[in-house]
Amino acid sequence: MTDQQHLQALSDIKRIMERSSRFISLSGLSGISAGISALVGAAIARNWLVDYYTRWEKTGAYNDADYASLKVHLIALGLCVMVVALCGGTFFTWRRARKNKLSIWDVTARKVLFNVAIPLAAGGAFIAGLLYNHLEPLVAPTCLVFYGLALINASKYTLPDVRYLGICETILGIVNLFFLRKGLYFWAVGFGLLHIIYGALMWWKYERKGSFQSIA
Amino acid sequence: MNPIGNLNKIFESRIRLGVMSILMVNEEVNFNDLKQMLEVTDGNLASHLNTLEENGYLKVHKGFIGRKTNTTYVITAAGEKAFKGHLAALEHMIRFTK
Repeated sequence: MTDQQHLQALSDIKRIMERSSRFISLSGLSGISAGISALVGAAIARNWLVDYYTRWEKTGAYNDADYASLKVHLIALGLCVMVVALCGGTFFTWRRARKNKLSIWDVTARKVLFNVAIPLAAGGAFIAGLLYNHLEPLVAPTCLVFYGLALINASKYTLPDVRYLGICETILGIVNLFFLRKGLYFWAVGFGLLHIIYGALMWWKYERKGSFQSIA
Repeated sequence: MNPIGNLNKIFESRIRLGVMSILMVNEEVNFNDLKQMLEVTDGNLASHLNTLEENGYLKVHKGFIGRKTNTTYVITAAGEKAFKGHLAALEHMIRFTK
């Protein structure tokens, strides 16, 4: 074997180790599209909240039915935003995987999803409990903290940079606990702005033309 | 020291080297995932896995998911040692000849 072949063997080993243990197709554009969905969702939610409070001011009294309807609307909106963000995110990642001739559904993708799902499921159940106990102001910080922990947990199986996004989301959620009335703004920053910034950075680092940076 | 002597003959096959690389960074991998990652045929992969098993570099676990067989592979301590030795020899070769 020549030197060239030895070098080839070493780079093969490195590539296979990376590809078999990390899901590397995650696209920065997925982050940007998820962030935009979140910002649009937050704007709609803000309109509804403003409407609700103007009605309250006008009538001067708290209205149970009005409040219940607002709550159902907001939960439905949140779920819609999640579905739209997931679809957009999947689309850009699928596109990147296809470009690199990789499978979007392989052993690493399953690991990422499984490890995101554990803290998210716990968070979902926790939020259901909060709503049941009428602790609505705690919903936004709880979303952020559990989502951040989910990202930290899954970062072992995808781009290591996801870890930093997870840490930022978690910190933001904790800070939100001390500004409970500003939940929607924290939510918009965490799910909107941070995703857009993260996505743009990742796109610049890994996907831009002329960027040859490897993952490890 | 003769560096060529440290290169492991068993790892001369790219597929066997690939299998070992995957098992080094994953706790347990099943047959189909190996096949997908290495892009090889069933028969080809099976024969290479046999060689690695015969040399004590990996362990085979035969299990079931429902009624389907699910065979998974785990690297052994001997396999890890052999793989690391091979890597060191490769590196040494490249530096040695420079």
